Amino acid sequence: MAVRGLRAGYAGGAPVLKGVNLDIREKTVTAIIGPSGCGKSTLIRCLNRMHEAIPGATADGEILFGGRNALELDPVVLRRAVGMVFQRPNPFPTMSIAQNVAAGLVLNGVHDRSVLAEAVEKSLRRAALWDEVKDKLDAPGVGLSGGQQQRLCIARALAVEPAVLLLDEPCSALDPIATGRIEELLLEIKETLTVVIVTHNMQQAARVSEYTVFMLMGEMVEYGLTRQMFTKPVDKRTEDYITGRFG
Amino acid sequence: MNEAYYARRKRVNALMFALTAVCAVISAGTLLAILAYIGWKGASAVSWSFLTKLPAPVGEPGGGIVNSIIGSAKVVGLAGLIGIPVGVLSGVYLAEYGRGKLAFAVRYAADVMNGVPSIVVGLFAYALIVHPMKKFSALSGAVALALIMVPIVLRNTEEFLRLVPGTIREAALALGVPRWKVTMMVIVPTAGRGILTGALLALARVAGETAPLIFTAFGNRFADDGLLNPIATLPHTIFTYAISPYEDWHNQAWAAALILMAFVLAVNVTARLWLRPRST
Repeated sequence: MAVRGLRAGYAGGAPVLKGVNLDIREKTVTAIIGPSGCGKSTLIRCLNRMHEAIPGATADGEILFGGRNALELDPVVLRRAVGMVFQRPNPFPTMSIAQNVAAGLVLNGVHDRSVLAEAVEKSLRRAALWDEVKDKLDAPGVGLSGGQQQRLCIARALAVEPAVLLLDEPCSALDPIATGRIEELLLEIKETLTVVIVTHNMQQAARVSEYTVFMLMGEMVEYGLTRQMFTKPVDKRTEDYITGRFG
Repeated sequence: MNEAYYARRKRVNALMFALTAVCAVISAGTLLAILAYIGWKGASAVSWSFLTKLPAPVGEPGGGIVNSIIGSAKVVGLAGLIGIPVGVLSGVYLAEYGRGKLAFAVRYAADVMNGVPSIVVGLFAYALIVHPMKKFSALSGAVALALIMVPIVLRNTEEFLRLVPGTIREAALALGVPRWKVTMMVIVPTAGRGILTGALLALARVAGETAPLIFTAFGNRFADDGLLNPIATLPHTIFTYAISPYEDWHNQAWAAALILMAFVLAVNVTARLWLRPRST
């Protein structure tokens, strides 16, 4: 995925993204860090056009995905290839664990039971949740703990076999142990797909990502290998943020 | 000064507290009083034959109200078949798609409709259906009741849909599910229990409406006959019997009122038990 001159904003407000350029490498984990309000969530939400689900939101520029401008694709088609996990776990409250995982397939017209059962198991295994829930697949998804719910949401996103998985601060509502499990599974799934994660937690970025993007006030300040950025940042502002002088 | 002031304040507090308690008891007690009074007056006339027989010819004692019970079931059932889908779907429109002037107009119209006297709705159904068909009918009564149900169901549906967190909508959209499927297959089921409860309460509410039925369903002393003929309904039968000069009919009116009240109460209790969050 490549972002070219992306500008985005909300109804009646100043632009939040002021021309962002970014090349996201395939089958890696890319972390987006930056202080609150820098536009990192807006950026990640533009990548699968969830940004436009907010009334009055605008986005222009180019997001190249598979050789085409994602901003001109049908958002429904794009979102099947670019999945998303949100800040707070949001399993469907009326559905069981298995139904939650299968939801993306069922709602898009897959009804073959064996196909669904296979997809549920595969996705739950990839999300490192299978062993904990395999005996209670028919229990309600909202009955799980917060960390399990978030892994359920990851399994749900993986079930439609996206090429890219976006995670918008997926651990901000979780304790350190639940966070650790999610970080481990991210390191596993990046073998098969591209992961972009927004995080407030710089240690998390250092632990899970190969590349890091540092954003400030709607602009991309620095982009490079994570270990380089955390040891020898090029930009003074990156250094100030990473060493905790602001933000 | 402080001592006297404090004592006075305590007295006023006690007085006001007693006043609120008395008013609360009056509010809740009314229901109990109605139930008790109707039970006392009506129970003696309720019997198996009362529930299963047609009305006796005028002047003869006995007879039952089976035609009114079936008639009410038919008219209210048909009203639900018309009113609930229209109300639910317009509620979905308002909650999920309604923006701008049209939505404002629909919402405002629904609120005004809620306050329109039910006899006026009956007149409207008369003009709409009875007059062109030159005939009182179950259908016209059902349409009148449906018109009363729609704004209730609509606003209730909208309220419950708005309670569904935006994060649920986002989760479904992010899976690449088209907007209409998100609405109909994720959002509406999530609010489903609340929507159904509201629909049931609306049914119970119109089951007791009398005024809109006076010149639509009209009433009938014989077995009901399809949807296009005059039909007896419980509230209307109560009204007719209550204003009649016969002692026997007065007793039957009380008994019919008891049946109607029991039905409304049963639906209400069912609906509220249903809405209560289950621990899962």
